Amino acid sequence: MANLPASKSTATSGQAVWWRSRAGRERLTHVVLHIVLLALGVTFLLPLLWLLSTSLKQSGSELSYPPQWIPNPVEWGNYKTALVDLQPTLLYLRNTIIIAGGVTVGDLLAASLAAYGYARLRFPGRNVLFMGTLATLMLPGMVTLVPTFILMRYLHWIDTYLPLIVPSWFGGNAFSIFLLRQFFLTIPFELDEAARIDGASPLRIWWSVILPLSGPALVTVAIFDVLNSWNDFLGPLIYINSPQNFTLALGLGQFQLAHQQTLWNYMMAASAAMIVPVIVLFFFAQRYFMRGIVTTGLAGR
Amino acid sequence: MTTTVPLRGPGRRSYRRGGLMRDQYIWGYLCILPNVLGLLIFTVGPLIASFIMIFLHWEVITPPTPAGLDNLRELINDPLFFKALYNTAYVTLLSVPLGLALSLLLAMALNQDIRGIRLYRVVFFIPSLTPVVANAILWLWIFNPTYGLANGLLGLVGIPPQTWLYNAGEAKIALVLSNMWSIGGSIIIFLAGLQGIPTALYEAADIDGVTWWSRFRYITLPMLSPVIFFNLIIGLINTMQSGFTITFLFSKAGFNQTGAGPDNSLLLLVLYLYNKGFQDFEMGYAALLAWVLFLIILVLTAVNFRVAKSWVYYEMS
Repeated sequence: MANLPASKSTATSGQAVWWRSRAGRERLTHVVLHIVLLALGVTFLLPLLWLLSTSLKQSGSELSYPPQWIPNPVEWGNYKTALVDLQPTLLYLRNTIIIAGGVTVGDLLAASLAAYGYARLRFPGRNVLFMGTLATLMLPGMVTLVPTFILMRYLHWIDTYLPLIVPSWFGGNAFSIFLLRQFFLTIPFELDEAARIDGASPLRIWWSVILPLSGPALVTVAIFDVLNSWNDFLGPLIYINSPQNFTLALGLGQFQLAHQQTLWNYMMAASAAMIVPVIVLFFFAQRYFMRGIVTTGLAGR
Repeated sequence: MTTTVPLRGPGRRSYRRGGLMRDQYIWGYLCILPNVLGLLIFTVGPLIASFIMIFLHWEVITPPTPAGLDNLRELINDPLFFKALYNTAYVTLLSVPLGLALSLLLAMALNQDIRGIRLYRVVFFIPSLTPVVANAILWLWIFNPTYGLANGLLGLVGIPPQTWLYNAGEAKIALVLSNMWSIGGSIIIFLAGLQGIPTALYEAADIDGVTWWSRFRYITLPMLSPVIFFNLIIGLINTMQSGFTITFLFSKAGFNQTGAGPDNSLLLLVLYLYNKGFQDFEMGYAALLAWVLFLIILVLTAVNFRVAKSWVYYEMS
């Protein structure tokens, strides 16, 4: 670094200008940062504000150009129309909860058991099998979609929740296994040894020693399982046919298909109803979200 | 990585007494049994099956019949396939570098110690929480040619309304713009990476009085290169498979039932695969499309890993 800009410039100008001083420069940087972040932040929030604004507009008044930001009048009834009159949202919610519950329980059990094996037991082929599991992360889900569909059809599982739930009971989520394994490795091995000396079997150690100590990691896995079930569109689209079995995501998609780009205010109300629970969950469980994303690089979808 | 070196495990001493070692083997296999079964049933099996299906005619309701190389022949004479390939490449080549640059810059800005920084971080992350269907419907509405927000904003600066998804030239740009809205996860990963860079490096640079650019070029970029590489690979895999929901909803709810946007400009490989497999029930052809997508991702990843040696810096510890 031959040229030293800060000292050189003060030397030539010979006078102390406030923004040339260290503190001044820092203040200037902060002001610029605030302006940039504020501008970009507002841009990022605009679509969501637009969604909320549209969801509260009276039918017909959402169709105006240039767009109006403040709904006049504010039509709270849109939410009832969209969620009760136009769609059996409660039924879809129930279905979604059943699937999310089934997936989460299965994933917590199977993934933690596998992660326990990979992290704390020794057996020939362990690392190869773990690498194989990790490799499925790189495999595009689309590749196995068609044969898996045929398999599910052969099992007569179409239009049931089984195709969506059962894979998770077989450790189908490599992200969870990876995340839990990383966490299990941080638990002191002396605990296993002590339990083994007391005569506990590995299965018992998994259940009574490891799992109780892994609360934060298990919560992280559970949150991402629920989110994935809540968000999944392609899975239900392929496997579920009857409207009474729809999930929220599939119901919303079919709602859009049925109304061919109209009823935007109701469409936005129904979308908002899907987004708000996720944002609420995020505010209550922020650190688990961050842990999940940072550990596994899971970018949310 | 060799199989005999444990990443970390219980010490050897505990197995010395007779039978314990084999006991632990059995328990180990028992623990990973569901995982291995799942791997075979839901990944390896379907992977092999889909490869075999490339050489079959299979319309699901009728039993499969051998097709030889028919599907491959159909593929190389299928203008829609090449259209889908082009569209996917277009969206990926635009989305991935743009998303990487934008999320890295934002992460660097969000890594500064200024007032309200936690709020800013939340603001940029929240859009990526939007469920994919809600996201797709919202962007269909934003890009509505008559009443959409996109045209409203352009109108503010005097640009005439665009037709966006209804225009072959703009449809993919619209798709890329909507992708940029969900970079929150990649920002978080960059942010974590930035916070892992030892501050001592920057302090040393301050003493030397280096410029902002040199700090970025000679400290931040090399130290962050493994994270950039990670985000690049994940971004490639995700982007090549993304866009299904929005193009699906648009092609079915939009102006025609068969195509995907004007001049099929929104026909992505994933949408074409779905259409072939689950609408035309040409399972063999759909399996072939899946393998093409898989091979492209595989080659891209391999090339990236090869190139990475020249620019990704791993610190020895």
